[in-house]
Amino acid sequence: MSVTSKSPVVLQVRDLACERDGRRLFEGLDFSLPSGAAIQVKGANGAGKTTLLRTLIGSSSDFSGEILWRGNPFPEALRGMRESLLYIGHRGGVRAGLTPLENLTWYGADNESALQALDRVDLFGFEHSLCHSLSAGQNRRVALARMFLPQAPRLWVLDEPLTALDVAGVAALEKQMSAHMDKGGSILLTSHQPLALPGLDFIDLSDFVVDESFTDIGGEHVFS
Amino acid sequence: MAWQWFHRLGSPRWFYQKTNVWLPWLALASVVLLSVGTVWGLGFAPEDAKQGNSYRIIFIHVPAAFLALAGYYIMAISGAIGLIWKMKLSFAVMRAAAPIGAVLTFISLFTGAVWGKPTWGTYWVWDARITSMLILLFLYIGVMALSQAVSREQVADKASALLALVGTVNIPIIYKSVDWWFTLHQPATIRLTESSSIDPSMFYPLLTMIIGFYCMYAWTLLTHTRALLLRREVRTQWAQQELAGGK
Amino acid sequence: MSSVDVQPPVSEARTSPGFVALFRIEMLLALRKRADIANPLLFFVTVLALLPLGVGPEPDLLAKMAPGMIWVMALLATMLSQESLFRGDFEDGTLEQLTLLPQPLYFAVLAKSLVHWVATGLPLALLSPLLALMLNLPVEGYLCLFISLFLGTASLSLIGAIGAALTVALRRPGLLLALIVMPLYVPVLIFGTGAVQAAIDGYAYSAQLAILAALLAAAAALAPLAAAGAIRISLDN
Repeated sequence: MSVTSKSPVVLQVRDLACERDGRRLFEGLDFSLPSGAAIQVKGANGAGKTTLLRTLIGSSSDFSGEILWRGNPFPEALRGMRESLLYIGHRGGVRAGLTPLENLTWYGADNESALQALDRVDLFGFEHSLCHSLSAGQNRRVALARMFLPQAPRLWVLDEPLTALDVAGVAALEKQMSAHMDKGGSILLTSHQPLALPGLDFIDLSDFVVDESFTDIGGEHVFS
Repeated sequence: MAWQWFHRLGSPRWFYQKTNVWLPWLALASVVLLSVGTVWGLGFAPEDAKQGNSYRIIFIHVPAAFLALAGYYIMAISGAIGLIWKMKLSFAVMRAAAPIGAVLTFISLFTGAVWGKPTWGTYWVWDARITSMLILLFLYIGVMALSQAVSREQVADKASALLALVGTVNIPIIYKSVDWWFTLHQPATIRLTESSSIDPSMFYPLLTMIIGFYCMYAWTLLTHTRALLLRREVRTQWAQQELAGGK
Repeated sequence: MSSVDVQPPVSEARTSPGFVALFRIEMLLALRKRADIANPLLFFVTVLALLPLGVGPEPDLLAKMAPGMIWVMALLATMLSQESLFRGDFEDGTLEQLTLLPQPLYFAVLAKSLVHWVATGLPLALLSPLLALMLNLPVEGYLCLFISLFLGTASLSLIGAIGAALTVALRRPGLLLALIVMPLYVPVLIFGTGAVQAAIDGYAYSAQLAILAALLAAAAALAPLAAAGAIRISLDN
């Protein structure tokens, strides 16, 4: 299904401002992520891409503004959001002491679909090796294999999913993301590489950077 | 209304400018009370029947011990306010309170040891109160060490606030258990002086000293908090104005 | 155009692992790293074997010191092994994923603390009669030593989790962790050794054990909450 004006909005952000180390990273951010859509967050290093993603999944509370999950504001809606969230951060969340198969089943997959997902990310034959014996790229693939599970959650929040992937890996990932969108899923991601994803929207954080001359809020800046 | 006041009090600039007015008065009160209390306590209060002049160290020991404990709660409560309402000011108060409280704890331990020599014949006795004070010192040091070890200021604030709160829950348990432990191991010859029967002629100078210590504590805490705020807010206009000496 | 029939929907709620699943996976990981289980035990035995070399072999002196020394060493062994409680999970990102589970982080911390106890405190308690024998502890103290260590080390695992969570993002947390956690261990140490001493002296010791159990109940209720808060703070680093 393609995104239409009728597609229900999954995640909405109103007048969001984030801070880190007492410095305002960006402010006045407004966007909504409908079902079946994907948004790529752009910005220079240190612009606050990761901070934005972490704020949107409820891991950082240093923000002002409103975040709504299906029309309900944070933090009340947080639990509901986490029930349909797949987040893959810089650190993939792959336990080094487990095998790829065990890692995926821990994330709620049954054996058969976990094996299929591992096959899709080119880890056939490594299902039963311990993850700390795999390479960095292979570990990344184990993390990304969660996207290939049939019961993958509705909202994907991906922080630099393409790092350490080869060309074929990137292509497979793009295909999977677009299939996810076709099924009505939503994707929010950061990436330094361009993605071949039909209907991809962009947010450039440098458009929302605080103008230095306005950083002074005259000491009325009470809450950190 | 009340909320607005709370909000205003949370503003570093408002706090900085308000306390500017309070500081001289607090300084004056502490100097007067502490000098009066010291002269009264050391010069005019009568000698103790059993301990002679050596008891006079309580005029420092007791107020320091009072504030060492109260200071921990002040630190923990401002940390809790910071965690709940994310107020910058209260985190600054918490960070400022830690070293002051640690120094007061050390003073009370040190004076306790000095007092112990003529009273018990030894500098260190594993007495219930002394041991509890020692553990309080360790709790203070833990909070300070943690806040120093975490490199990001905001994270350090929250982490040490949480540790201070955990300590608050533990302090009564530690006190009770140390008390119980002491009664178990207490040799019959060593008895603490019963502080309940203190003569008014000794009590009033002690009270003066306690109030004087409270004023001095408030003065030190405010000064330290102000310095911290200025450093943290150095990028803002008001801090620049204050640093330039303008009003 | 949009009247295309709805595709098979993306699943709404994901099955999130319950307490039992969390416990089982942690247990599996602990069993795969057997050295991590063996090291605290070896430390415990080695240091206590050094004690007579330090203070001399007189049986009476050893017997007098035994309850306190065994307890202090159990405390150190627990604490030293606590540094790695959340470290691996922090480094590979699992800790972050645990904070994103729909159910409270409390249960994940409780499961990890419980596994830590099963892997360190429980073997220490089981091993304690052997050390009691080596240190000439009077026989009346054996049962009490075991029960007090059984209850007490569980509290230590729970309380230590707070320190481990607060220091997980630091590069070298070892000594800082000790500094933070040691004062919090005091009540457990006092009532643990107190119980054993009472048993040796022929007094009733059930009161001390009851207090140890009460401390454990309080720690199980509160410590994982504090540790969960600490994890969320540390992950912001």
